[in-house]
Amino acid sequence: MSNTIVVAYDGNDSAKRALAFAVERAKVISGNVIVAHVLEWSPYKFLTPQEIEERHARRQDELSRAEAALLAPVKEEYASSGVPISTVIKYGHVSETLIKLATAEGAVQLIIGRTGEGALSSRLFGSVAGTLAQTCPIPVTIVP
Amino acid sequence: MKRIALTTAASAAATAAFAAPALAQSLDESINAAFASSTGWFVNLIFSPFPGTSFPWIVGWLVVAATIFTVYFGLIQFRAFPHSIGLVKGDYSDPNDAGEVSHFQALATALSGTVGLGNIAGVAVAVSIGGAGATFWMILAGLMGMASKFTECTLAVKYRNELADGTVSGGPMYYMTKGFKERGLPGGKILAVLFAVFTILGSLGGGNMFQANQAHAQLTNVFGDFPGVITGVIFAAIVFAVIVGGLKSIASVTEKVVPIMGILYVLTALVILGMNADMIGWAFGQIIDGAFTGMGVAGGIVGALIQGFKRAAFSNEAGVGSAAIAHAAVRTKEPITEGFVSLLEPFIDTVVICTMTALVIIITGQLITDPATGNYVLNEAGSAIQTVDGNTGVALTSAAFSSAFGWFSYILAIAVILFAFSTMISWSYYGLKAWTFLFGESKASALTFKVIFCLFVIIGAAASLGPVIDFSDAAIFAMAVVNIIALYLLMPIVKKELNSYLTRLKSGEIRKFQ
Repeated sequence: MSNTIVVAYDGNDSAKRALAFAVERAKVISGNVIVAHVLEWSPYKFLTPQEIEERHARRQDELSRAEAALLAPVKEEYASSGVPISTVIKYGHVSETLIKLATAEGAVQLIIGRTGEGALSSRLFGSVAGTLAQTCPIPVTIVP
Repeated sequence: MKRIALTTAASAAATAAFAAPALAQSLDESINAAFASSTGWFVNLIFSPFPGTSFPWIVGWLVVAATIFTVYFGLIQFRAFPHSIGLVKGDYSDPNDAGEVSHFQALATALSGTVGLGNIAGVAVAVSIGGAGATFWMILAGLMGMASKFTECTLAVKYRNELADGTVSGGPMYYMTKGFKERGLPGGKILAVLFAVFTILGSLGGGNMFQANQAHAQLTNVFGDFPGVITGVIFAAIVFAVIVGGLKSIASVTEKVVPIMGILYVLTALVILGMNADMIGWAFGQIIDGAFTGMGVAGGIVGALIQGFKRAAFSNEAGVGSAAIAHAAVRTKEPITEGFVSLLEPFIDTVVICTMTALVIIITGQLITDPATGNYVLNEAGSAIQTVDGNTGVALTSAAFSSAFGWFSYILAIAVILFAFSTMISWSYYGLKAWTFLFGESKASALTFKVIFCLFVIIGAAASLGPVIDFSDAAIFAMAVVNIIALYLLMPIVKKELNSYLTRLKSGEIRKFQ
């Protein structure tokens, strides 16, 4: 059985706590951690011709920025933790993409930070943590 | 009640704002006269008939091309239809490519460039001149046009230019230069330059002035008469804000609202058809009768046919090469997949949306027929069918829809303005690509074009329908003349791509991801 833990990471404080927690858990089960950053993207969003033309360049730009600003520092910070850490950037609907990734990797657990959105906005749009808690097929830990 | 009060207040304000309306009116007229006299020769050249007939050679040119592509690719529009739907649904998209432009997005953007006033106003013009029978020829032209679109979009993706910064530039002018060179054919550069010139004219004509003109017509229809210059200046300012000022918010709002409007338009049409379900059989009878007898329209069967083919071509732009510019920007490993996706455009645009407009106009009894003969009653000049209240263009469609739902003229006014606007944004891009192909990709040259484009919005809104619609048609059809020559010479390349793709699809090398 794999001991992979997937952690959703967007660089804010709760995500940092979630990552720290995930690394601690991985130490205990001598597993590895996949740090996933998901960029919200819908293939059904409408674009102008100009946006279509620039899309590929912008995507490359987004990927390299996420790598440099978010994931590279993580790898550096936890390099000496003894836990194997890999990173991945995906495009898509955040909770769906995380579930797909966790399932594909055969992860034992998905760990996310609580974003603490306002009551109104999470009621209107739902929260990623709430959706995952309801729909994820593997155990989900929500770190406050 | 409130809405009526609001309308009155708005039109009163518009009148008050122009203390000297007579001056503005005469400005409209002088712009109009200058426009008609300076473009007449070009219109005559494009629409001159075959000697001894009344059949414009350009219509024959498009139909023959669509037929040849349909035969050459073995009815590709029907064979590949299910696969096209699968591509748009994303069945064949690699999840690792998420974040790139999807097939759905490419189709939606190209559609928002073609679905526009052609579907609302153009169809009304076609049936008011060519009668119900024009609808039959329009649908036929739409179905055949799918093969033309398939050919041009495949080539556009295959031969696009990828710039160092990762952006792409493509379209007929690039397959004319690169494709011809690859096949060792002469004259690619000349064709490309001609195409670019006509694209610029087309973007200023059908992609701009016609839109501004009909948007203004619809506004006066709702708010009462006021000078076109006012509409023109407001429209030009908004277009300027988007294409020069880079105001993304307006564009993205339009891009979201336009599909909703399109769906609302089709749904309303379906409801009206549903309310008159008993007449649908009769309406199709009229369409078939008109297609093969003419029912007394000017020019008889040929008159109906010309109108149907003309409007279909103007609406879905198959063979014109415009959508090829939009599709070329999409990244895909297989150029042919863009071709498959693009063949859905004439179907949605012409076979679905245009047909809806025509059916609603016919079923709501806008075209006056002589009860004794069953033929249409023509107007005094004998050039068009008499309509209830003498409407034509967008006003005819508005009257047809409003006869079922009084409030629809307001919805249609909003739809017309948004369609006009999104079409202008798309065509400003097509025109810009042609312009930068001719004059280089510098910022200054791009800005020059954008400013010219905005000025033409004002001219379009001020000119009367006749000269504008003629010039729009002429410029867009001139693009088709050049583009189709290139398509004939390059179609073996598409055939090779098609065969290779279909073999791999059959062998399972290309398969669904989900």
